[in-house]
Amino acid sequence: MKTGPSAAKIGSSSRGALALIGLVVSAGAAAFAYTAGWFSPHRLTPERMVNALSRRGGDPLGHRRNHSKGICFTGEFEANGAGARFSTAPMLAAGHYPVIGRFAIATGNPDAPDATGRVRSMAIRIVAPNGEEWRSGMNDSPVFAVSTPRAFYEMTLAQDIDPATGKPNPAAMQRFLSTHPENAPFAAWARSAPWTTSYADQTYNSLDAFRFIDAAGRSRLVRWSMEPTVPPHIVSRAELAGLGPNFLEQDLKRQLARGPVRWHLVVTLAAPGDPSNDATRAWPADRQHIDVGTLVAQRAQDEADGPCRDYNYDPTILPIGIRVSDDPLLAARSSAYAESFDLRTAEVADYPRTPPQPTGTH
Amino acid sequence: MDAGARFRPLQRALHWLMAVMVVAMLFIGIGMVSTLRPRFLTLIAIHKPLGIAILVLAVLRLGVRVRRGAPPLPADLPSWQAAGAKVSHVLLYTLLIVMPLVGWAMLSAGGYPIVLYGPIHLPQIMPHNDALHATLRSAHTWLAYLFFVTILLHVAAALFHALVRHDSVFPSMVSWRIRSTVRR
Repeated sequence: MKTGPSAAKIGSSSRGALALIGLVVSAGAAAFAYTAGWFSPHRLTPERMVNALSRRGGDPLGHRRNHSKGICFTGEFEANGAGARFSTAPMLAAGHYPVIGRFAIATGNPDAPDATGRVRSMAIRIVAPNGEEWRSGMNDSPVFAVSTPRAFYEMTLAQDIDPATGKPNPAAMQRFLSTHPENAPFAAWARSAPWTTSYADQTYNSLDAFRFIDAAGRSRLVRWSMEPTVPPHIVSRAELAGLGPNFLEQDLKRQLARGPVRWHLVVTLAAPGDPSNDATRAWPADRQHIDVGTLVAQRAQDEADGPCRDYNYDPTILPIGIRVSDDPLLAARSSAYAESFDLRTAEVADYPRTPPQPTGTH
Repeated sequence: MDAGARFRPLQRALHWLMAVMVVAMLFIGIGMVSTLRPRFLTLIAIHKPLGIAILVLAVLRLGVRVRRGAPPLPADLPSWQAAGAKVSHVLLYTLLIVMPLVGWAMLSAGGYPIVLYGPIHLPQIMPHNDALHATLRSAHTWLAYLFFVTILLHVAAALFHALVRHDSVFPSMVSWRIRSTVRR
């Protein structure tokens, strides 16, 4: 074989070779940078999405970047077995399964008054004995406000704080609504739905569609809802504001101190033609509904030192027997929730587990 | 030096198989954390089992390397280049094993189920802890950058041996000839 040349023998052909090596390395680095989106300032990345959510006011450091104000609960899911016909998910077989959940209002401000939360949410994590998990984040609106991640981003940008007024610019939201007619069903709900004093009396909806896979491998398009078992206590918005900034958390603690609060987990089977990829469109009311079990909330705990704090309620964390649909919001939620989780777990110092006690007040 | 010494066929096979897997892994990783599109879910579903496959192969490969060794570097290689080869190879082996473990530990500390495929789960290897998750999550990113840069240097060095030095290093991993004679 040839022996290596001494340095003195590196000539023009070697200069060509070195240039080629430089080219190969640069191309590799450029491909990596392109994949990372470093050349794509307009790519909708989880970072941009979460930054936009953080800009809506409040100081969410250490907190979830959306649904930032919430409270933990624990309890169990009592499956009645009716769901097992449609899905092999282990927690749909008759039995009791532990739940760590969270109620929240849809806000970017962890200190927002509860009366400002038009949308209330329930997140749950049901664990089967074999370690399979079903995580779900549900809202009390019957439909979602948008159908695509891009539209959600634009809607979030429209809630940016205007430095001149310290508030969002109403014209920005008007502009968004006028260019997004798919928002109309959500907007109609937001205008007309009664306000109540409790997390306990709300129906929480998966909004996105999923797929149930049965033992024979048959796939069915589904949505699900947590339907309350207590009647709503409807009040005016003025009365609501008079209840104080934390009435939802206080109400939940009061109710659970008296005893468990229950919801029915009702699965809706789609009919052919029902949209699988558009969370702004409700399915007709006459679809088949199956009550698959009861969620029993037993104890409430403040989020700061509660068990829900360090869980990411990523709705794509699903057991076997349940899969995501082609709804584009699901992947975006998974990606953005992870970004929010990565940020807040690095900000432990900004959200102490035990709030500092006021000093000098003995 | 032994002019025809090459890595053993198993070592070469592992090298090239893992080269494809690791480069794919780094691109999948950097690509998935920068997208909200549906491909996010596909990429992350590939990322986890592929990482564990790399971990298993890396342990196997390290065992083969310890038992079988490597062909000697050319005797006339400047000492700084020989040292660079040594350091970069130790770094590559370390990252091959550490990166999947950091990813696995990070998911454990984040309280995530570690799903390989369908019902196949891995156990948690770290307590569920937010500060631990944050440290491991950040380490996973920075080690990935270090890994990619080290691979670029590795490729540059390999091409330098092939195109500039014309020595035995490149054929020791690339050549698929049965006999180790050189016909040129």
